Amino acid sequence: MAHDESDRLLSLLSEGRDEFIARWVSTVTSTLAGRITPAEVQQDLTDLYGALIVALRDGGLATRNEAYGEVRSLLTELSRSRARQGFSPTETAFGVFALKEVLEPALSRSEDIAAYLQFARVLDDLGLYTVETHAKTREEIISAQAEQLLELSTPVVKLWDGIVGVPLVGTLDSARTQVVMEKLLQSLLDQNATHAIVDITGVPSVDTQVAQHLLKTVVAARMMGAECTISGIRPQIAQTIVALGIEFGDITTKATLADALRHALRRIEQREAAAGIGGLA
Amino acid sequence: MTDRVPILKIGDVLLVSIQIDLEDQMVMDLQEDLSQRIVDTGAHGVVIDISALEIVDSFVGRMLATIAAISRVLGAETVVVGMRPAVAMTLVELGLSLGGVRTALNLEQGIGELRRSRDEGPVRR
Repeated sequence: MAHDESDRLLSLLSEGRDEFIARWVSTVTSTLAGRITPAEVQQDLTDLYGALIVALRDGGLATRNEAYGEVRSLLTELSRSRARQGFSPTETAFGVFALKEVLEPALSRSEDIAAYLQFARVLDDLGLYTVETHAKTREEIISAQAEQLLELSTPVVKLWDGIVGVPLVGTLDSARTQVVMEKLLQSLLDQNATHAIVDITGVPSVDTQVAQHLLKTVVAARMMGAECTISGIRPQIAQTIVALGIEFGDITTKATLADALRHALRRIEQREAAAGIGGLA
Repeated sequence: MTDRVPILKIGDVLLVSIQIDLEDQMVMDLQEDLSQRIVDTGAHGVVIDISALEIVDSFVGRMLATIAAISRVLGAETVVVGMRPAVAMTLVELGLSLGGVRTALNLEQGIGELRRSRDEGPVRR
């Protein structure tokens, strides 16, 4: 029974091939409203139609069958590129569902309708698959962007020979602290730096948690053998810090990056002077 | 028979390079050997190189602090050099800060640090 239906379906699809594709393409193109060229749609859908016929011949109506591998990979590619171009899930899935609409006028006999109902189920399955792939692609794009943002927002700059600076912008959470710490420590090593300046001018507010993260960063830099200064503390933030009772201990803090840089340069000068004496002795 | 950590002498500085994860007995041996060497050579500084260590836990942290304390009693300053970024981050997450142990980025800076502290006098910490 099922065999008859898929055979019937196959002959129906093969006979009307060119006509169906043309109508399918025009239906889909009209909904995508000029954001993608008809030639591209034509190419995509012709490939898909061909693969669908092959899959129906080899695998029948079971969409989980291996024969549908080609169809699935084509759909994956289609949904991915649609998601990247900013099409909505509805628009993407409609590309598949439109084939139903196209087939409807061609159904004349009752066997055709039975076959069509079976085929509709196949198309539903494939449509859902495109939605799923579309959503997955969007998630991938979002997480990639979040990662890029994290990278972008934490540069480590060389301020002078042996001095590196970290201008922090935005709130500090534990994930960012981790990234900042990692990059700072690595650049201390790479640049052979003895001083690090963490500038918090761009940090909108400092609460106990942010202070805790800052302290961690400073302590880690110290353990690597570098002196660490915190700069860019605005008047309001200084007041908040004192009001909250946050203790920075023996960590040097400065109002501006310039002050911190001057401090670091002076320390380096002192060291070099001392080393000079040591070298002579 | 356990391995011993070699102690090298460079001028008036002793260099201890820890290459493998230490066990209790090795730490005991190291403390004994090192204090003996400081007395024998009259070294004024000790550099402990941990650049080969990928894992530094509270045990190693305590060992470093103990060695630093022993050396100080014998009149030698201790500097720990070559800590890896990952190690520093782990220690901070564990809440350890290696209090009482001086650190430097690498061997060169560690020796420079010791030379300076000798010139300035040993009462810096």
